[in-house]
Amino acid sequence: MDQHAGFREVEHTADWELHVWAADLVTLLAQAARGMYALSGIRLAEAPRLERRFKLVFADRESLLVDFLSELLFYGEDEHLAFDAYQLAVDGARLKAQVWGAPIEDQAKEVKAVTYHRMKVTETEGGLAVNIVFDV
Amino acid sequence: MVAVSDLKKISDYEWEIPKTFRGDMRVPVRVFVSERLLNEAMRDKSLEQAVNAATLPGLVGHVLVMPDMHQGYGFPIGGVAATRYPDGVISPGAIGYDINCGVRLLGSQITFEEARPYLGELATALDRKCPSGVGKGGQLRLSERELERLCVEGSRWALKRGYASEADVRRTEEGGQLKGADPSHVSERAKKRGRPQVGTLGAGNHFIEVDLVEKIYHPQAAQVMGLEEGKLALQIHCGSRGFGHQVCSDYVRTFQGAVKRYGIQLPDRELVCAPMDSPEGEAYLAAMRCAANYAFANRQVLAHWVREAFEEVLGRRVRSAGLHQVYDIAHNMGKIETHQVEGKRIQVCVHRKGATRAFGPGYEGLPEEYREIGQPVLVPGSMGTASWVLVGTEGSMQRSFGSTCHGAGRTMSRSKAKKTIWGEDLRKRLEGDGIHIRAGSMAGLAEEAPAAYKDVDSVVDTVSGAGIAKKVARLTPVAVVKG
Repeated sequence: MDQHAGFREVEHTADWELHVWAADLVTLLAQAARGMYALSGIRLAEAPRLERRFKLVFADRESLLVDFLSELLFYGEDEHLAFDAYQLAVDGARLKAQVWGAPIEDQAKEVKAVTYHRMKVTETEGGLAVNIVFDV
Repeated sequence: MVAVSDLKKISDYEWEIPKTFRGDMRVPVRVFVSERLLNEAMRDKSLEQAVNAATLPGLVGHVLVMPDMHQGYGFPIGGVAATRYPDGVISPGAIGYDINCGVRLLGSQITFEEARPYLGELATALDRKCPSGVGKGGQLRLSERELERLCVEGSRWALKRGYASEADVRRTEEGGQLKGADPSHVSERAKKRGRPQVGTLGAGNHFIEVDLVEKIYHPQAAQVMGLEEGKLALQIHCGSRGFGHQVCSDYVRTFQGAVKRYGIQLPDRELVCAPMDSPEGEAYLAAMRCAANYAFANRQVLAHWVREAFEEVLGRRVRSAGLHQVYDIAHNMGKIETHQVEGKRIQVCVHRKGATRAFGPGYEGLPEEYREIGQPVLVPGSMGTASWVLVGTEGSMQRSFGSTCHGAGRTMSRSKAKKTIWGEDLRKRLEGDGIHIRAGSMAGLAEEAPAAYKDVDSVVDTVSGAGIAKKVARLTPVAVVKG
């Protein structure tokens, strides 16, 4: 297990909160995606792998996190796809994302939205950390 | 951090956090809560979030918090805030992602005793007819043009297509159709998500529940609503599905820039807002109304499937398997209403997030038959516990912008519920208590366990004691369908 990147659930009365940490921004995005899928109880189908590419323009790191995860939620609802491999590149205020996954075989719980609530990407000794609250 | 000592006790059911508590508060926070529920509420950040909400520009009166409060994301669940129209702000986060999440109550002449042998079969039929679960589409696939009509017409769209009666539409908040809905302000992404989901329940805390009318507290009101002790009733709890979630997400994003443009300082980015008379504010209002109308139509189509299930299972077994609409009410909504503020009647936008409109007797906008008794208020409990039917009062008009509570309110985190409650055990226990459960996900069932919620009777005693609603009937569950 990578000690420098991961996620864990934080107690929240009504919604879901994740603490996510990573050495850099793109790894933080990928870990946040893995955490979101883990909370949803998503299981991918044993089917041919699929690839999707998208670009995002962002104003700050928090907006990028919200937009990136929201993009994945949209793929989940529109095409019933989820992803477990990510190649992400940030260039200035742009993100280029290439993601691989498969159709969703099973999903225990629904995420309605990714919120900005108290979200702040902070610098840590190991890199970056953030808490993300999901409306469920 | 807010401590109990920061609150001033007004009465046994009313407390206040003064404006002086924090320098950026524009109005005080008024909390409708008993001492016991207040102590429970101090375990999470509900009141801190209410203080944050009290910084929104253009607020009038107080920010209000209902006894079913719990921590949300930005604005507390159980929160009510009124901003001056049109120059005050509107905040999508203070309405919520599930725009017009709400409850519909149908009454019946079916006695519990005559239906009892068939309740398991009825639960199965409801589960089969009413699509539920994560991301599930329904029987309807709307074209974009048809979806746009639905956005504008709400319940009237359902009426034209045979999914509703005139009485259903009349007995829906705002006649099931908010004026000023404009689909041109709704993103293509929201429309895409909304097209296959009309007539679906979704997941999470949404449910269809068959109830027994256990006790009547206000015979006159119950009679007008067609509720009788010993008879069955049915609740539908859901909202605007992916359509509403996307509308809110889109505008929370847009408003991140708007707050900078309008020089609005906020303690939490999720509270982003814009003046209602700004282009951003007007666009959100028009889009939010589309989502509200979507939710009214969604619950109406579900009610149609529910009636089919009742007819299929009970049609030849009971004297009358029909279901009449008692009322349909939102608990996540922003509405332009006229209220008395500091001696003057002014127009305000009442943000209700996890709070229900509760207009008292005689107020405009109520169906003729409810003018004398006040507006029905539907307060669902958690599965396994009671639900309540209340009516709005003159007290709610004077003290809470015509608002009251919306449910039991969570008290245990989802992660703790998952760790301490096993879904399958819970299902067996509820079935042992005579409640037929149909659930798509056992993990989801555990998160929604009765132990994760406050005592709904205490919540209702509080709003009743505070005079912002009056008890009409107590319902107990006999069959529950969850996504």
